[in-house]
Amino acid sequence: MHELSIVLNIIDIAEKEAKKADAASISAIELSIGKLSTIEPVAFDFAWKHGVKNSMLEHARRITNYIDGKGRCNKCSTEFLMEALYQPCPQCGDYFSEIIEGKELQIKSLRIEEKIET
Amino acid sequence: MCITCGCGTDEAHIVKDGHNHPENHHTHHHGHTHSHSHGHDHHHVQDRLLHLEKDVLHENALLAERNRGYFDAKEIVAINLVSSPGSGKTMLLECTLKDLKEDLSFCVIEGDQQTSLDADRIKATGTNAVQINTGKGCHLDAHMVLHAVQELKPKENSVLFIENVGNLVCPSMFDLGENQRVVIMSVTEGDDKPIKYPDMFHTSGVCIINKTDLLPYVPFDMDKAIENARKINPELQFFPVSCTTGEGLGEWYNWLKKQVRHLQTA
Repeated sequence: MHELSIVLNIIDIAEKEAKKADAASISAIELSIGKLSTIEPVAFDFAWKHGVKNSMLEHARRITNYIDGKGRCNKCSTEFLMEALYQPCPQCGDYFSEIIEGKELQIKSLRIEEKIET
Repeated sequence: MCITCGCGTDEAHIVKDGHNHPENHHTHHHGHTHSHSHGHDHHHVQDRLLHLEKDVLHENALLAERNRGYFDAKEIVAINLVSSPGSGKTMLLECTLKDLKEDLSFCVIEGDQQTSLDADRIKATGTNAVQINTGKGCHLDAHMVLHAVQELKPKENSVLFIENVGNLVCPSMFDLGENQRVVIMSVTEGDDKPIKYPDMFHTSGVCIINKTDLLPYVPFDMDKAIENARKINPELQFFPVSCTTGEGLGEWYNWLKKQVRHLQTA
């Protein structure tokens, strides 16, 4: 259940950035999560629901982009869709490949609301 | 208050000599509302998009690099031991610490959710150890290790073992600043373990297969296990051992000594 500590990390970063920008609130957050990043979407949703309570993200809309895993074979350089770490290269069958996409765990952006003093 | 890392929200406790040092210097102030002491009124709210592109584990990565720099400077070989609960991490440590105490200098960080039982076992071998209790946390992180190292003060040219919380999933995400990650599995767990929990085998450099003395009694195929692990990580190095009979431990010890020599000559 490391998803909860990931959610707490996200809250921490988002609140720091929002305060730095002098935001009154956060209305939306966009995340990129690679499908090979060990984040389980169901566990993540559950951790989010409970983790964000009483934080600046409690009422923020969450947009989560799950990114497909992509491997490149170290033997024949074929690039292929990687659904699991032990997937062989579809071209030559070798297991020695490099992950080039799918390990992401990023906050892409925050939409904040600023108060304008008049 | 932590002055070295400006740290945040940990529930972790570092236990040394039976005393508990709560590590939660400051906590999240959720529900913070923005207050102004000046006399303006707020009439408009304006939307703004902040492009962050920030890694969620960025903070952990920075602290891990800080730990790694400290280990490099003091020529300490830091080894992160990961496995499921009950694979024999602590027993492997006990054997290693006793058998190599004349050859190498050791200290140990023990990670468990509760109790200091493992640190007590390590201390009984005459080795300096601290226990981190992660509370509800399922893994160690670089920040906990930073504070444990401050407590432990490992000697130059020594080996620091970090025994992670028994869990084959979560600890794989958290770099502690170690030089080597060693995954331990035991023959009673089945030869399909690597493909069931691929991430840990993917991020480790060495795989110890423990409890080989039980091979006659369990349907465990050693070749199959190694083949499964190599599908995930073709560079993984294997040491089949039995901590009960001592079989295979010599090769593991030689590997360990080589790591220390390698660091000294690097």
